[in-house]
Amino acid sequence: MSSAPVLARFVDRHIGPRTFEIDAMLRSLGAASLQALGNEAVPAAIRFDGLLDLPVARSEAEALAMLESLAAKNQVFRSFIGAGYHDCFTPPVIQRNILENPGWYTQYTPYQAEISQGRLEALVNFQQMVMDLTGLDVAGASLLDEGTAAGEAMQMLYDVCEVDGADTFFVAANCHPQTIAVLQTRARPRGFKVVVGDPQTYDFADKVFGALLQYPGTDGQVVDHRAFIERAHTARAAVAMACDLLALTLLTPPGELGADVALGSAQRFGVPMGYGGPHAAFFATRAEHTRKMPGRLIGVSKDAQGKRAYRMSLQTREQHIRREKATSNICTAQVLLAVMASMYAVYHGPTGLTAIATQVAQLAATLRAALVRKGLAVASGAIFDTLRIDASADQIAGFHEEARKRRMNLRSLSPTSLCVALDETTTAQDVSDLASVFGTQAGQPAEPLPGLPDALRRKSTFLTHPVFSSHHSETQMLRYIRQLESRDLSLTHSMIALGSCTMKLNATAEMMPITWPAWCKLHPFVPVEQALGYQEIFNQLQAALATITGFPGVSLQPNAGSQGELAGLLVIREYHEKRGEGHRNLCLIPTSAHGTNPASAVMAGYHVVLVRCDDQGNVDLADLGEKAEKHSANLAALMITYPSTHGVFEEEIRAICSTIHEHGGQVYMDGANLNALVGLARPGDFGADVCHINLHKTFCIPHGGGGPGMGPIACAAHLAPYLPGHPLVKMGGEQSLGTISAAPWGSADILLISWAYIAMMGPEGLRRATQVAILSANYMAQRLDPHFPVVYKGKAGRVAHECIVDLRGFKKTAGVEVEDVAKRLMDYGFHAPTMSFPIPGTLMIEPTESESLAEIDRFCDALINIRHEIAAIESGKQPREGNVLKGAPHTAELLLSDEWSKPYPRSQAAYPLPWVKVRKFWPFVGRIDNVFGDRNFACACPPIESYETPST
Amino acid sequence: MSDNYPSDVLYTEDHEWARIEGNLATIGITQFAVEQLGDVTQVDLPREGESVKQAQVFGSVESVKAVSDLFAPLSGKVLKVNTPLGDSPEYVNEDPYDQGWLIQIEMTVPAEVEKLMTPAAYSAFIRENAD
Repeated sequence: MSSAPVLARFVDRHIGPRTFEIDAMLRSLGAASLQALGNEAVPAAIRFDGLLDLPVARSEAEALAMLESLAAKNQVFRSFIGAGYHDCFTPPVIQRNILENPGWYTQYTPYQAEISQGRLEALVNFQQMVMDLTGLDVAGASLLDEGTAAGEAMQMLYDVCEVDGADTFFVAANCHPQTIAVLQTRARPRGFKVVVGDPQTYDFADKVFGALLQYPGTDGQVVDHRAFIERAHTARAAVAMACDLLALTLLTPPGELGADVALGSAQRFGVPMGYGGPHAAFFATRAEHTRKMPGRLIGVSKDAQGKRAYRMSLQTREQHIRREKATSNICTAQVLLAVMASMYAVYHGPTGLTAIATQVAQLAATLRAALVRKGLAVASGAIFDTLRIDASADQIAGFHEEARKRRMNLRSLSPTSLCVALDETTTAQDVSDLASVFGTQAGQPAEPLPGLPDALRRKSTFLTHPVFSSHHSETQMLRYIRQLESRDLSLTHSMIALGSCTMKLNATAEMMPITWPAWCKLHPFVPVEQALGYQEIFNQLQAALATITGFPGVSLQPNAGSQGELAGLLVIREYHEKRGEGHRNLCLIPTSAHGTNPASAVMAGYHVVLVRCDDQGNVDLADLGEKAEKHSANLAALMITYPSTHGVFEEEIRAICSTIHEHGGQVYMDGANLNALVGLARPGDFGADVCHINLHKTFCIPHGGGGPGMGPIACAAHLAPYLPGHPLVKMGGEQSLGTISAAPWGSADILLISWAYIAMMGPEGLRRATQVAILSANYMAQRLDPHFPVVYKGKAGRVAHECIVDLRGFKKTAGVEVEDVAKRLMDYGFHAPTMSFPIPGTLMIEPTESESLAEIDRFCDALINIRHEIAAIESGKQPREGNVLKGAPHTAELLLSDEWSKPYPRSQAAYPLPWVKVRKFWPFVGRIDNVFGDRNFACACPPIESYETPST
Repeated sequence: MSDNYPSDVLYTEDHEWARIEGNLATIGITQFAVEQLGDVTQVDLPREGESVKQAQVFGSVESVKAVSDLFAPLSGKVLKVNTPLGDSPEYVNEDPYDQGWLIQIEMTVPAEVEKLMTPAAYSAFIRENAD
């Protein structure tokens, strides 16, 4: 461990229980030491006995100093590159109070809607904003990036197409290159043909199910697509448009042009570029396609008292329910960034946004006029903020050279063509400097939107809901942000013991660098020599992840676990194909798998065959052997989570991997539970071939209330040549599978968080974190077992880093369901553990290493007290209906009402244990009516009246 | 547990029912199925004119947390679809044997009726398979 003084050691800040508490917990479990306990939980056959070969732990001060000196190796030029990424000004009130505020970034995905009303309202604002700006009926609450959103659109348009044999997706050549690359990568395994061409001349000779247009085009051209859309519809193909939200304040929206889908990035609405991310993508469509939409949809419903309440709607579309039949594999989205973008719209309102857009358009027009006067070949069509200049190769090279001298980046389209994209931060001085790059002067301000036909000038109003015009002073904005924040339970209140989600500490020191300008203001496509600090971070992080997993190949590109799964499977697919075994198309998945696994397998073009689990929750070896044998000729892969989703280290993992290899398959390990392995066992050593790593679980990127995440993959040497590449930046494997995310290194900015965590923990700290995570889970399992039986344990009677407790019996004895317990926990100030996964009627609890013994005990006390409340129903002291569990959660409004007729006292409802009083969290709404919400789907901001009077 | 097994319909092990009138069969899901599903939020049904095949999936029914496939009790051509379920899926919960019917078919293999269960047989089947 580092020689720093004890209190400067970060590991002691990251790990919750103090040393003497760890000793007491070990004693209560009858374990001699952390190492001894680890040896009981982790099978001997897979144990990694050495110390990870990583640099020694740094203190917080040391790590921050290193990040400062690395930041100095990045050069922040003024980037006029565009291509879907634009510099913007993050309103400081949003930066400090949302992006830098753990009250907004440490919540979990809003499955427990009653304690998530703040960000759910912000997300409904996001949906309303997107619906208004795109002119479409329904919008979701974020996808991962523009490229993958286009991929989702392609799949959805295929699913809704009713033409037999339609297999072609037309993509306008004027789309962003990274979008085209993602589409081509995703199309191949599904058997779709991608035709890239000119929409003006395309004749629909192929069997087209859908098309994608860019609006404005990647080179800035604004074209009226109505005629193309009509021709597409005549051919019974639907049309998606990738749009720029800022431009849509001035341009006729895609919905009015006849488009069926609009998608794009909301980055320029106040979210830093961050060398590629994270940002929120948006997706909107017509009402008839609602049930085919990918990703999360927030809807409006009502609570038990009839008060308006928000919730995630129509979840039956999603992978966690529909599995291989899901509309998409997306799970974690980009909630934090969608919240920021929606707040940007709330803060500026329709008038402010229009003014920003007009200013950008005017500066672009001014620059264009200057270049035209100079006699340059400026593309002649209508533009918004981006212009294209064609010239000889020598001239173009000269312009780039002149720009570099002024610390400016232009976009190279080809050796004889470049683009200049302006943005919100562009000043008149910038335009003057740009003009000088081309050897001229800026001249008088010109009219914005030169050459734009009247038919493309926006006439319809947008953002007319009062929320977009009520919070324009900073005081009011601050209060709105704070008001919403107070409705959400986050890690700033209490532990969030979500099994399989690893809600550990997101340390402030890890978070601080992400808003330093030298990290967050880089465009993803700047020349690599301007991002040397980032490159060092990537190299070191890749090396660390390789050491931790035992796999030499690492790709940081996948920007969510779901994308990591797809990338890993496509790596396997390429491997088989390059060996002439491209016919292998079958993927074995245990029934206990997370729903993303089968959904990802289908995206990778694989047929899913399920493998049974035995009574102990382990993969049924006989069934596995039988199916591997039966499908030997076509076996492509096994997807397996380790330790299992049942919270146990399976003894037979080596045998499982060998069986698959014997039949020519590859083993994909889902890394969701990596927090139980780091420093104790390495997937590369026990037989897996590739795994993804949820940096937002094991490596401290905050969950952001439902994203961002990051899902890098690590793989064995024989798979490394196929790792993802990028069309604009040289990276990835020699025989790359294609492109998974829009940006080369995914959401690069938040990789700093994981880098800092690993740097500050060092090899011993990382191992200790894993050991304490296992200790805490076993301690909880032991305390809870007499009250709620622990369903699965390993050979030595130990669980891994999480445990599943059984509540199934209470339905019969007390009419109590797992959901009642989850909602009652809210009255105690706790977020429920993972509910009914992987077994219906159970709770899966994962404490992580970051929670103190006192907090763990409070959580256990709360659950045990709820058990007593259930006992009161079992013994008949409380009724089966209308009891304190069925009434949960209780709002202050309900408990302070003048009437009270329930069969339990208000004090029991609000303060069931003494300590609840000193840290009371009040749910903002009561039990939400899920059925009403799904039967009466509404995803827009409710009218203002209903903010004032409860609807009934 | 449900004991609602109307005597004028026949049943399947997948908890669908069929009411036979001449060559026509009206099809729905049983009270037991409804209780297992919880509140129905969406019903996906075939269109008029499409064919369904005995024991094959012909649609799905959704609650907030689950999607369940519907298996045709008999083969035939879809003559009518209970379109009001689009706006009022709750009919399936409230009145599964009448207002909550799903589709009506013209049977193509009437002999398949032999494979269906009588109310007494279905009731016994439910009891056997209860916890």
